[in-house]
Amino acid sequence: MNRASFARFRANRLALAGLVAMLLLYLFALLTPLVAPFEPNRQDLEASHTPPSPGHPLGTDQFGRDVLSRILCGSRISLFIGFVSVAISITIGVLVGAAAGYLGGPADWTLMRAVDVLLSFPRLILLLAVIALFRPSIFFLVAVLGATGWMGTARIVRGEVLSIREREYVLAARALGFGRRRILFLHILPNAVAPIIVAATLGVGNTVLLEASLSFLGLGVQPPAASWGTMISDGRHVLTSAWWLSTFPGLAILITVLAFNLVGDGLRDALDPRLRR
Amino acid sequence: MTGFILRRLGSAVPLLLGIATLVFFVVHLAPGDPAAIFWNPDADPDVVRLMRENLGLDDPLPVQYGRWLASFLTGDFGYSFGHRRPVADVIADALPNTLLLSGVSLVVVFALGIAVGVVSAARQYSRVDHALTFLSFFFYSMPGFWFALMLLLVFHYHLRWLPADQMTSISHIYDSLTPLGKAADRARHLVLPATALGLGAMAAVARYTRASMLEVIRMDYIRTARAKGLSERRVILVHALRNALLPVITLLGLYLPFLFSGAVLIETIFGWPGMGRIAVTAIFQRDYPLILATTFVSALLVVGGNLLADVAYGIVDPRIRRGGGAS
Repeated sequence: MNRASFARFRANRLALAGLVAMLLLYLFALLTPLVAPFEPNRQDLEASHTPPSPGHPLGTDQFGRDVLSRILCGSRISLFIGFVSVAISITIGVLVGAAAGYLGGPADWTLMRAVDVLLSFPRLILLLAVIALFRPSIFFLVAVLGATGWMGTARIVRGEVLSIREREYVLAARALGFGRRRILFLHILPNAVAPIIVAATLGVGNTVLLEASLSFLGLGVQPPAASWGTMISDGRHVLTSAWWLSTFPGLAILITVLAFNLVGDGLRDALDPRLRR
Repeated sequence: MTGFILRRLGSAVPLLLGIATLVFFVVHLAPGDPAAIFWNPDADPDVVRLMRENLGLDDPLPVQYGRWLASFLTGDFGYSFGHRRPVADVIADALPNTLLLSGVSLVVVFALGIAVGVVSAARQYSRVDHALTFLSFFFYSMPGFWFALMLLLVFHYHLRWLPADQMTSISHIYDSLTPLGKAADRARHLVLPATALGLGAMAAVARYTRASMLEVIRMDYIRTARAKGLSERRVILVHALRNALLPVITLLGLYLPFLFSGAVLIETIFGWPGMGRIAVTAIFQRDYPLILATTFVSALLVVGGNLLADVAYGIVDPRIRRGGGAS
């Protein structure tokens, strides 16, 4: 990020707020064992369904487990799943997009039709079908989230590669007799990094939402692991008598996704002055 | 125009083949016998062997693929064990309900989203703009299913304004209503699910409309309109909005997958008898033919929606028609 981009990002108050929230989330996720007031799976049946109170700031669930501790613990799961699956999908997306843009011709046509096909499926419904047929585990979940999230990145990277490969310095590299792989990975892709970073940031927020949706349906992270989606689902049937059970994990998701979206949008404005208005 | 529509239809053919092929491979890559997926696990092994033979499941894969493709593309999706009816019938019952819910949601999403986007753009960098921008991000980042629960908590349980379950009131009440009362009853049942489903997409449409408006407002013909002394209201709402709305049409196709994904959760929460709820119950009943068919049909709907949006774009913007078929 050059100095001008940095200045633009710093001038964007919403993006800065997102960044602060994001860093705090990391901090809490890392320090969960230290800051969580209770062990997240410790049951205390006498304290079942305690409303928010000084002892349990966000209340307890039906087993008397502390909601705050479980939300903190859930942040680790959500961020872990978000990061690893976005790392997978960005890798696939960059490789496919670069191959399509650089090779062109039939390879480009085939790869882009594959992207069109995958984009035609509502992602959650495709995930449901795949998870129903295979036995879900947290690693499988991460893998399918990664395998179904790369198409947008592939399109962006292809577009970047198509425009960058016509620039003079790429022609110069070609004239110097450099190999295709060297030109692609050392001369073209490094100049396409900005939109990839933006896609990755927005992707993490999106994946956190999807993981929560799957867990809410009972098809994501399995109990007793504390996942935000599962916690909301647990509170669903006692919505009127114990409103805090569903409300607070949802707020945690909202804050997390909002932070990533604000930072991603701020980065887009900062890194690409053409889009700035 | 006809040529343009035919070209678009033609580009949908490889897409359809790809979608059907992907569903086929998902089934065949799944661990275990793909055959076992298609009937009741309690069936007698001898019966299963006989059925395998009858259905040709021991044939080479390409032969199976061809036959499977033919049956899927003609709408023969097999038999649902959960519903004890042909899958096609189950889907035919659920599909209109999902279309009603997402259709109403889509109209509200676009009407409100465009309005918010226009206000934001007309008052760029004002307090109103900043507030609307933040609200857009806020709702866009919100898990729709959680928002649905919060709506239920407030508008159903506390205020008791709106119903929370099914598409109509229970039948003995619903049947006694006048035709107008029935319509009102249905509308009341739509309010909460359609709101919960649409709010995230609405925020996105607002952002997009704002960007599109800002681009148009900087153009020379807008300056001309202002120079002619037209009122600001007329410049924004008549001259600028018309052209700014063109790219917004493409969002129509883009947000269909988003809406259908959301519908899975919203239908489950509100007991709305649509495709999404059917898919979720099918998973817990291990009703694989139904799961695969809902996946396939929802992808078809997305392709169809994109086609419609493309054609609509071609109608309002002649440049797209002449631009050729390449995407």
